[in-house]
Amino acid sequence: MWKWLHPYANPEVSYHLTGRIIPWFSALTILFLSIGLIWALAFAPADYQQGDSFRIFYIHVPAASLSMGIYLGMAIAAFTSLVWQFKLADASAAAMAPVGAIFTAIALITGSAWGKPMWGTWWIWDARLTSELILLFLYLGVIALHNAFEDKALAGKAAGILTLVGVINLPIIKYSVEWWNTLHQGSTVSNLGKPSMSVEMLWPFVFCFLGFALLVGTIVCIRFRSEILIRNSIRPWVKALALEKSLSNNALENK
Amino acid sequence: MAAANLSYRAVFSLVLKRDLTIAMRHKDDIINPLLFFVIVITLFPLGIGPEAQTLSRIAPGIIWVAALLSTLLSLDRLFKSDYEDGSLEQMLLSPQPIFVLVLAKIVAHWLITGLPLILIAPLLAILLHLNEQSYSALMLTLLLGTPVLSLLGAIGVALTVGIKKGGVLLSLLVLPLYIPVLIFATSAIDTAALGLPYSGQLAIIAALFFGSLTLAPFAVSAALKVSTN
Repeated sequence: MWKWLHPYANPEVSYHLTGRIIPWFSALTILFLSIGLIWALAFAPADYQQGDSFRIFYIHVPAASLSMGIYLGMAIAAFTSLVWQFKLADASAAAMAPVGAIFTAIALITGSAWGKPMWGTWWIWDARLTSELILLFLYLGVIALHNAFEDKALAGKAAGILTLVGVINLPIIKYSVEWWNTLHQGSTVSNLGKPSMSVEMLWPFVFCFLGFALLVGTIVCIRFRSEILIRNSIRPWVKALALEKSLSNNALENK
Repeated sequence: MAAANLSYRAVFSLVLKRDLTIAMRHKDDIINPLLFFVIVITLFPLGIGPEAQTLSRIAPGIIWVAALLSTLLSLDRLFKSDYEDGSLEQMLLSPQPIFVLVLAKIVAHWLITGLPLILIAPLLAILLHLNEQSYSALMLTLLLGTPVLSLLGAIGVALTVGIKKGGVLLSLLVLPLYIPVLIFATSAIDTAALGLPYSGQLAIIAALFFGSLTLAPFAVSAALKVSTN
């Protein structure tokens, strides 16, 4: 059933596959993000209560949900790597960690910029903000553990275990709004059947969300390729690739 | 082989006894984290001011944060010396399930560091003018919460035991995992101070305890296998 997946366990095949995917992903990213952001920031109606400052929502919410989504992706990759000893999964988890950390930071910064006009304060020790901050610490811990090991294979395994332990944090974030009912507003988008948002506001959000998700895909693919190259630097196909590259560079210089 | 036929209970008590004996021969390992706990707590009134009202308001947080930090300091001894003299590797090579060995070591760690901390906590609560209604909540949360600290901390130590300067990294990894315990424990103590029932928070800490009791030893065994390579 899963046999069609097997060739991609080979780093060389995955390297070339992601090489083919990246142009599509980056083109779609530019398309969706430009449509979504222009629509959201210039044309979407302003909120009747929050005015124009609510527009930061179009960056804040995608960043926040992607920060959790990337962690989930890392956890799945770590699980795959630990259970099936699938080495490329480690490389993909390593590729995802810094991207996730950046998106968490974006969510926190935009959130506090949004909180200043709305709640009158940059930071509030609300459960959701706090758990997002913990998520950032978890990301930084995974990255730090990754860097502490010389051996990339060991680093991947250790960071994978930590990722799986930290995944317990994700449901805590998700249910924190219901657990500690405080300042942070309840979610408006997630109940897809009957969103409590008007349709003119929802569509630009969909574009922004897809755009940011594709951006994550693009960056992770690029990082994944370099992780593959670092881990396989002694393999003949990588050497051949490097040789080809330097030859074509020389040819360009000689012209 | 006689050693291969040991029951799980016998293995557990053997490792537990061994670790307790070693700890009894290095008593400073028990006393130093405890002293740290006491000294940190004495620093707060000096830094904040001696007003009883302020102190009693922040006492639960201070006691719990100090407990987290002193547990963190004592974590290092959980696997470090065994790793250095090679006995950890021998344990991992033994035919006994690692789960039992690891659990015994964690229980020993809790008996050495968590239990004395719980015993001394009421004394420090008096120093901080903790509300009288909160004493039972403080003791119960410490009783349920400190094992969670040992269990989660063991994962961090197991991951960093092979790294030369793992100390700072350990706190980076472990402290975020301690946050839920801290939140619910201090919230339980605060609720108790208001004379309200705090069984909800206790139930969550108990859930964290049983969850980490069943899952953490697996994570520790996996991490130790990575660290000993």
